[in-house]
Amino acid sequence: MADNNNPKTESHDPGRRNFLKNTGLVVGGVAGGSLLGGLFTNQMKSDDGKKGKNEETAKVDPSHARVFFGRFEDFIVLATATELIFPEDDNGPGAIGLDVPYFIDKQLAGTWGINGDDYRQAPFTNLEGLKKIEKADEKVNHSRANRGKIFLEGLRLMNAESMKRFDASFDQATEEQQHEIMGDLAAGKLDMKSIPSDAFFALLKQATLEGAFSDPLYGGNKNMDGWRMKEFAGARPSYADVIESEEFVKLDPISLTDYQRKK
Amino acid sequence: MAEELKKVDVVIVGTGWAGGITAAELTKKGYKVVALERGKEQSRNDFIGAKDELKYSIRYDMMQDLSKDTVTARGSMEETAKPVRNNNYARFGNDTGGASVHWNGVSLRWLPYDFEIHSQTVEKYGAKKIPENCTIQDWGITYDELEPYYDKFEKTAGVSGEENPVGPPRSDKYPNPPLKTTPSIELFKKASTNLGYHPYRLPAANMSETYTNPDGETINACMYCAFCEEYGCDFGAKGDPIVTVLETARKTGNFEIRNESTVTEVIHDGTKAIGLKYIDNITGIEYIQPADIVVLAGFVFTNNKLLLKSKIGKPYNPETQEGVIGKNFTGHFSNISTYIGARGFFNNEKWNLSMGTGALGAKVDDYAGDNVDHTDLDFLHGYEIRYYHLGQRPIDNNHVPEGTPAWGKEYKEKNLFYHNRSLIIRAKTAFLPNRYTYLDLDPTYKDEFGDPLIRATVHYEEQDIKRAQHGVETCKEIMTEMGADIIDLVDVPDDVKFDSKFYTNHFLGGAIMGEDPATSAVNNYSQMWDMDNLFVLGGSSFPHNSNHDPTETIGAFAYRASEGMIEYLGGEGGLLVEAKQTSKA
Repeated sequence: MADNNNPKTESHDPGRRNFLKNTGLVVGGVAGGSLLGGLFTNQMKSDDGKKGKNEETAKVDPSHARVFFGRFEDFIVLATATELIFPEDDNGPGAIGLDVPYFIDKQLAGTWGINGDDYRQAPFTNLEGLKKIEKADEKVNHSRANRGKIFLEGLRLMNAESMKRFDASFDQATEEQQHEIMGDLAAGKLDMKSIPSDAFFALLKQATLEGAFSDPLYGGNKNMDGWRMKEFAGARPSYADVIESEEFVKLDPISLTDYQRKK
Repeated sequence: MAEELKKVDVVIVGTGWAGGITAAELTKKGYKVVALERGKEQSRNDFIGAKDELKYSIRYDMMQDLSKDTVTARGSMEETAKPVRNNNYARFGNDTGGASVHWNGVSLRWLPYDFEIHSQTVEKYGAKKIPENCTIQDWGITYDELEPYYDKFEKTAGVSGEENPVGPPRSDKYPNPPLKTTPSIELFKKASTNLGYHPYRLPAANMSETYTNPDGETINACMYCAFCEEYGCDFGAKGDPIVTVLETARKTGNFEIRNESTVTEVIHDGTKAIGLKYIDNITGIEYIQPADIVVLAGFVFTNNKLLLKSKIGKPYNPETQEGVIGKNFTGHFSNISTYIGARGFFNNEKWNLSMGTGALGAKVDDYAGDNVDHTDLDFLHGYEIRYYHLGQRPIDNNHVPEGTPAWGKEYKEKNLFYHNRSLIIRAKTAFLPNRYTYLDLDPTYKDEFGDPLIRATVHYEEQDIKRAQHGVETCKEIMTEMGADIIDLVDVPDDVKFDSKFYTNHFLGGAIMGEDPATSAVNNYSQMWDMDNLFVLGGSSFPHNSNHDPTETIGAFAYRASEGMIEYLGGEGGLLVEAKQTSKA
């Protein structure tokens, strides 16, 4: 964002830049900090000026809309944080390029976000009790708060912490500053009400990896690029003819959309 | 008031291997059998195209709905138990076929030592070798007596395998040859052979070739598609109850499965079981299904819960060590078994790790059971070492060497680089029972119908920790010989405690088998001593946990129990085995 007048963001803001690029947003002149809430509207207006209406409609991925996250400022913190965990590099896209933020948004809006398959009878474990549990995933399980509440609290805390320390929102902070906050989160040093912050980091990381590597039907792993980077071939019917090979066998991945259509 | 239904010959709780085998054997003899299954109806068609890691391996679609019923767990009697809230801490099977549908297919016989563990230990090492709190006991049956039933199970499930060079005697070879091999399996075998061990291929209920079992059921050849553990088979190529025993029972016309039927109580008059009380999950209507024989073939927690709730048998008391129901709870607890071992990272090798099937791999049994002399070891029983090639799926496998940052550029780089360049070999350890590891009813938490949850109290004794540590060292030795550039241990600290995780799905005991009613719940036909028309099958009848997986032994005992039921129904009834008073209290 060359035109951004916040000096702190000039050096680096991979989350926002990638997010904007990969969601097809036209950046020029629109993405000032105070205008975040109006980004999508602005994009439409801006694009309308350049392209025919049909072309624009065809280009927009209808799954690129938020269902769980009401506030765009929460969503941009999520996008920035996932990209920080799994960044774009020479191997291929990062979390944003893989649509991981939209994947997480959809998951939080469903059964998983409300712990619908879990045993949810009280009494739950209080924060002091949760700190005594060794494994991060088990801390999350025993919180009274469901995953949706935990995500909102965690992301807002990261953003507030960034504002407090750097006078910049999390997505606007420098990469170094973002890593500092992520480090404190992962070390359990940020105070959350719902769970110890190291457990939120583990939840965020797990959700990021799920979005990068699950079948594209869930809205992440865009173009199966997550699988390609791991050289995982997806829903292939059979390896019976190649499994004995001495050499590594590289195969194009197959998604469930393709696989189930053939049945 | 519950509506009472027309009486049948046999009513069964559960449709896994234990219930399925019973159903097949009894219906083939012409008896009318009803199985009550609390999960949904499912068939082969449910699994066509089911190659979805998020749905099955991460969100656990085939596992028990814990929102309705779970267990509570604690590491000692002093603690307050917490409920197991999410399936990432409990992979209990559910729906038609139970856990036997999502299983990997590892099919192992237990050892002669297992069935006579107390007497053989005393004979070889003296009674003092048994630690004070260790409650091992003989099963009231020998390996030789059980062998024909093992053979029967292997032929039903179509096990693919090769002779174990250090294994117990067999009356026949496996019905199918071993599965295909891979370069990393051969590397494991070569390294362990170099070290003087005796590796052999994991016996697998994944078909190495298309197979028709003695009941006439055809199981297709395995495609090595890597969606096996935690999945139903896309191709009908895994020996499971849906493609074998349940289908055999269905064809007789004498069998009915009632899905969505949660059994809440065994109805009885104190000496005989009358039937099962259950709730239709969809309507909420209560029924009683009377039968001449009542069979509990649920998972270990279901069987124990029903016995405790129905007040059958005397509940075990860890303070006095009196009573039986709930006693000798054991399992493959994942922080001292199964998931421990050595992970190797190889910088110059790359394997096709995304391919595979449930029980593809090899293992070493040199430290299994009492295969080595334990005189100078500070534990009894043993462990086996395994290398699995079950198909490495991408969400569940993000392994980086220790010291790698937990996120960011370097994390991603190494995560991707090592995805097909890291192998883990693991120690599967036995767990011997102790007086403080048991099941009872939780005082606080309830299931969806208001009944108490089962509470598991799991205390690790010193020998369990030593056994596990020995196993990790052997894994490290083999991984070093395999030539890994970096080796990270999944180690067992001296002060390790139970982590409330029920991930291996191998949990046993509580309604244990023996020859003396004072110290056991059932005889070697899985028949309750206190109620001769009630049979309690499955892992709940195992007095301890071997290093081997339990499934085949569950299957073998189900065949034996079915034989007993047929004898019972055709004759005068009564106990099929005479009770002895041999055990010390």
